Amino acid sequence: MAPRMASPIARASRNSVVDLAAMSLREANQLLHDTDGGDFLIRNPRGAHSLACGLDGDLNVVIDGHVGYYCAGMNKRAHVTVNGNAGTGLAENMMSGFVHVKGDASQSAGATGCGGLLVIDGNASARCGIALRGLDIVVKGSVGHMSAFMAQAGSIVVLGDAGDAFGDSLYEAKLFVRGSVKSLGADCVQKVMREEHKASLRKLLDAAGVGGDVDVSAFKRYGSARRLYHFHVDNAGQY
Amino acid sequence: MCGIVGLFLKNQSLQGDLGRLTGLMLRELCDRGPDSAGFAIYGGQTEGTTKICMVNRDGAVDWAATAKRLAAAIGADVAIERVEDHAILRTRGAGDVARKWLIDNVPAAYVLSQGQAIEIFKGVGNPAAIMDRLELEGRAGTHAIGHTRMATESAVTIAGSHPFSTGDDTCLVHNGSLSNHNRLREQLVRHGERFQTDNDSEVAAAYLASRMRQGDTLEQALTHGLDDLDGFYTFVVGTRDGFAVIRDPIACKPAVIAETDDWVAMASEYRAIAPLPGVEHAEMWEPAPATVYAWSRAA
Repeated sequence: MAPRMASPIARASRNSVVDLAAMSLREANQLLHDTDGGDFLIRNPRGAHSLACGLDGDLNVVIDGHVGYYCAGMNKRAHVTVNGNAGTGLAENMMSGFVHVKGDASQSAGATGCGGLLVIDGNASARCGIALRGLDIVVKGSVGHMSAFMAQAGSIVVLGDAGDAFGDSLYEAKLFVRGSVKSLGADCVQKVMREEHKASLRKLLDAAGVGGDVDVSAFKRYGSARRLYHFHVDNAGQY
Repeated sequence: MCGIVGLFLKNQSLQGDLGRLTGLMLRELCDRGPDSAGFAIYGGQTEGTTKICMVNRDGAVDWAATAKRLAAAIGADVAIERVEDHAILRTRGAGDVARKWLIDNVPAAYVLSQGQAIEIFKGVGNPAAIMDRLELEGRAGTHAIGHTRMATESAVTIAGSHPFSTGDDTCLVHNGSLSNHNRLREQLVRHGERFQTDNDSEVAAAYLASRMRQGDTLEQALTHGLDDLDGFYTFVVGTRDGFAVIRDPIACKPAVIAETDDWVAMASEYRAIAPLPGVEHAEMWEPAPATVYAWSRAA
């Protein structure tokens, strides 16, 4: 694919500070869209929605403060770091790259994510990783109810606890929880943690910057019992 | 959608700024609820005096005559203060009796609130214009609750604007929708509650007021509500001494709480809390589902 032409403003603003107190959200996002690389520091986000959404390039974006809904949604290739909390729908439908939130994330973090790595240093609330399709999520705190609902592919690693109905109607996403699980959702079961699973978990933790002092043996593995999504011959009469 | 805010001042020296700070918060949420807005301010109370806030529903109300008729009906003096299309009636007579008389005898106006501390103002249209017109920013007090509405369960009228109050110094704002409000309204009517609208949120306000009249604390009433109120909600409930926040067990409707040494703030979104002074040092969290968070200056 031919490299996209960067606009003059984007070239001038590489490695630059973007101050949302002085620039509109739309201008800031456009600036990030019009460049294919560089380092950006975004100041004064003040809970703005849809910040750093739809990035597609080797950008390194640091957001200094709390963000609103849908931050870093649909992210491709870019590294986005939030020095604060994130609202609903963080990194929704992320395709690749790396998104790191140093505070907490609200509901539906990483929803429908297809690829890349999402790391949340604090807690994620309800429905974290809902309908996951390949993204890896590492939450250093706990996740709320209905997390991993209908998750199809990818991994969710939780260093803290998981809330009610964890992994409900799960497909083939891989779930690891170090703490307690309040309740498992329909068709989600605990599975044996073999060496291969420990190795893949270690890889995820390393990628998320979680030190070797966190022992992979302390985690439990959960997955689909595959009773719900497979056709069962007893139900043939239904069709 | 709808946007809701609550601000509870811990530092008394900020009381003169209550309206200004609440305005900073509510103006951030105009686009969550562009069709109507309202706010409750708690302050300016005199022991033994009840304030009743009213607003015209259609046409002009002769407030001076209304005050005279009310005074005769309850056997106590009634003073009137006009604020745009609102009126605040003050009396040392029985507040409950006065409220009931006004609902029965002044059909051209709604009774918005009744209590020692509470004053409710609301309107239809652009929330920012409503805040300007009703001079939110200039109002002082101990705590405030505000709402911007995107109508779902009933029409865009002043009757459907929040906050809703049915009890003494109690009010409620709601983001969400209730599905069993018709049945519950019938039950509450049988227990003597008075309704002025078809709105689902008024049913929630009446439910809580009814439970508290039966002896529940606010926390107990909200906990019972988890069993009896079916639907989606984040509520902020104001009382004379403080406020409480609760989200339904599914917790789809957003909420953020922040607390500093000077204030506790709740809002649908963080951007409404971002303008508050000292926010950079606030402890901040998302309220968990089906959990009551309450602050009070009593005790």
